[in-house]
Amino acid sequence: MLTRLRYRLAVFFAVLGPGFITAVVDNDAGGIITYSQAGARWGYLPLWTLLPITIVLIMTQEMCSRMGAVTGKGLSDLIREEFGLRITFLLMALLLMVNLTNIMANFAGIAGSLELFHVNRYISVPIGAAAVWLLVVKGNYQSVEKVFLSACVVYIAYIISGILVEPNWKEAAIYSLKPTLMLNGEYIAMLIGMVGTTIAPWMQFYLQAAVVEKGITTKDYAASRIEVIVGCIMTSVIAFFIIVACAGAIWKVAPRDIQTATDAAQGLKPFGQYTFLLFSAGLFNASLFAACILPLSTAYSVCEGLGFESGVNKRFREAPIFYWLYTLLIVVGAGFVLIPSFPLIRMILVSQVINGILLPIVLIFMVLLVNKRELMKNWVNPWVYNMVVWITVVVMIGMSLAFAGISLRGF
Amino acid sequence: MAETLLFLTELLGLPVYDLKGRRIGRIRDSAIVPLIDPFRVDRFLVGAGATWLTVRHDQIQSISLEGIRLSDELLTPYHDDEYMLRIARDLLDQQIIDVNGRKVVRVNDVTFEVRGEHDHEILRVLEVDVGIRSIFRRVFQGALPRTWIRRLQRPIPPKSIRWEFCNIVEPDPQRRLRLNISHAKLEQIHPADLAEIVEELSPESREAIFETIDNEYAAEALSEVDPKMQASILESLETEKAADIIEEMSPNEAADALAELEEETSKEILEEMEPESEVRELLEFKENTAGGMMNTEYIALSENSRVADALIALKGNQDQLEGLNTLFLIDADGVLTGGVSIARLFVASESTPLKSLAFDNLIKAPVHESENRVTELFDKYSLLSLPVVDDDGKLVGVIAADDIISVLRRR
Repeated sequence: MLTRLRYRLAVFFAVLGPGFITAVVDNDAGGIITYSQAGARWGYLPLWTLLPITIVLIMTQEMCSRMGAVTGKGLSDLIREEFGLRITFLLMALLLMVNLTNIMANFAGIAGSLELFHVNRYISVPIGAAAVWLLVVKGNYQSVEKVFLSACVVYIAYIISGILVEPNWKEAAIYSLKPTLMLNGEYIAMLIGMVGTTIAPWMQFYLQAAVVEKGITTKDYAASRIEVIVGCIMTSVIAFFIIVACAGAIWKVAPRDIQTATDAAQGLKPFGQYTFLLFSAGLFNASLFAACILPLSTAYSVCEGLGFESGVNKRFREAPIFYWLYTLLIVVGAGFVLIPSFPLIRMILVSQVINGILLPIVLIFMVLLVNKRELMKNWVNPWVYNMVVWITVVVMIGMSLAFAGISLRGF
Repeated sequence: MAETLLFLTELLGLPVYDLKGRRIGRIRDSAIVPLIDPFRVDRFLVGAGATWLTVRHDQIQSISLEGIRLSDELLTPYHDDEYMLRIARDLLDQQIIDVNGRKVVRVNDVTFEVRGEHDHEILRVLEVDVGIRSIFRRVFQGALPRTWIRRLQRPIPPKSIRWEFCNIVEPDPQRRLRLNISHAKLEQIHPADLAEIVEELSPESREAIFETIDNEYAAEALSEVDPKMQASILESLETEKAADIIEEMSPNEAADALAELEEETSKEILEEMEPESEVRELLEFKENTAGGMMNTEYIALSENSRVADALIALKGNQDQLEGLNTLFLIDADGVLTGGVSIARLFVASESTPLKSLAFDNLIKAPVHESENRVTELFDKYSLLSLPVVDDDGKLVGVIAADDIISVLRRR
């Protein structure tokens, strides 16, 4: 019995690749809280965004893994080689700042989820930060990755609870297809956050690097593409049920903003008293997983783009900048969360909006690169792709400008 | 001293003045013609309006931070010359191999030496710059005056690689010839270090390196590369070249490499290889059995031999001496009867029968023994090598301790 289970698991992990891991980490603290907030505050209204977001998500992820498979180089490497050091430097500086807010968000997730168990954040966050640092620098990350991935089964809880809250399926179906636009600062910020958390800029760098790392080439690319697409759809399905669960449990009673992680746990109310446990465990797992991957991926991207030695298999003396950057990201990311009365949930939401603002810039570089025939040979983008990506870029810039305009007028 | 140096970041954009002191344009790039001189900058490309002009090195009077003064005004329009290595286009921001430091680096800037030759000044490539100091120059290039940048960068320690230790990797074989690029310099690096270097390069560059370096050296380096990457490198090479490299590998490593390949490719390579090769036999064994782990390079003598015979055998197998620690004794049917430590030969007289020097207990493994059991034997009996016998007790191969280390590291 046990051996059979083990066999099943082995098969499962054998097919796991970069696409699947990226998809799972996509639903990190930022993702869970952003979707919960969207459902709690706006009900079924935001559901329509999921379909276009999924399409763009699939396209961007596919572009990245294709670039990785064809060129064998990471995204920051390609940007450096094609656009020079100054542009790379600026982009990496931006990425560093944006990812730092994402790292903060995930440490905020660790703090928030454990506070549900009455664990003080001054204990949970430093321990979490130290654990993450040690795990990657001294430990065996690969084996722990599997634990994280398995623990993500908790997400199924959202699908079940989404069904159990007995949401208005008719309304959910209608709003899934009916776009609703409002010139409301909060609404626009929510939309940017939704896109920013699902199609996060760091994911593009991470996925492409992971594809290269795994040694996927054009020959075995077809299988990789399927995995990427399945991963993207899975991300969106979970997002759908988180929104529906929160719409059914919170918005139906009284639409409001989520202030604490406890509020978000309300979405799982129909599960009874164990909802807390399930939600906190899920949020904790997702936050810790992302807190492991994000600083590492950021340090890799920045060091590769700027030509510093990088890699956890290098010793500290060989790659000092890489290790310092990695350490600082964790220390600063965790440190901010420890500031007294630091608004955890607000921080998480803001970080996702910042993601959404950086996204079009990253997309522009990606689409320029993927269309270079000397790099991609016969694997350049078909024109439909380019059209969709450019439309996304224009829409995201438009929304960012509208958001900036509305926020400025508000002051 | 400092005045005689010029950085590429300073050279680019430097104004060019004709004999009457009129400015005709600014430097856009410079080029070496490696077939003529691998150090001297041979051509300067000057942007004058919409067109680019070519300035030959002997048409220049003086070079300084204020500008370049010409001694000859007969300039020709620039047309792409296949024999030029254009420094800004082909070198800047690209990855090269630092042969001395044994690693892959990305070029941030290039340092030239201004040298007086006859009555005019020329530039010679001195170093390739990596590290923070050169990043600083690149980021502020053109934004701050050149003299300011020089002053501001002073506190940052320089990090450079001398030009003679730089190895450019060029995937295009035609261009390799024209630019006089050979990868022969790489053969100074230890094969294990080269294996680590190629793992950081793109598949194209990896292929280029293995295509051009010496077969025997390539075989040694390839044995150290990760098995999956090994397969992708072999598959990308011409069958003939792949076969040549595999022939140089030790039979058990060759068998492992072939086993990783796709059925068809490995068949093609085997057909290309010389027929007496032992690799075919080794391929018959399962990878994780003693048969799959063993090597068929060993020295076996008749059980009736004396020390003098052993010394002759050693002289006749010079290529196997490195790493050899045991001689094996066999009877007339090839059945293994004993083993002698080579060190024993030194303290015995030439007429001593080898039998009297043999181990008291000879540990051996049948070909079908599992990998686990084999590693256990090595641990339990502190072995340096383990003979492998077939069903009739005949000696068919030897497993060495370093094969066991590779197995253990893989876990």
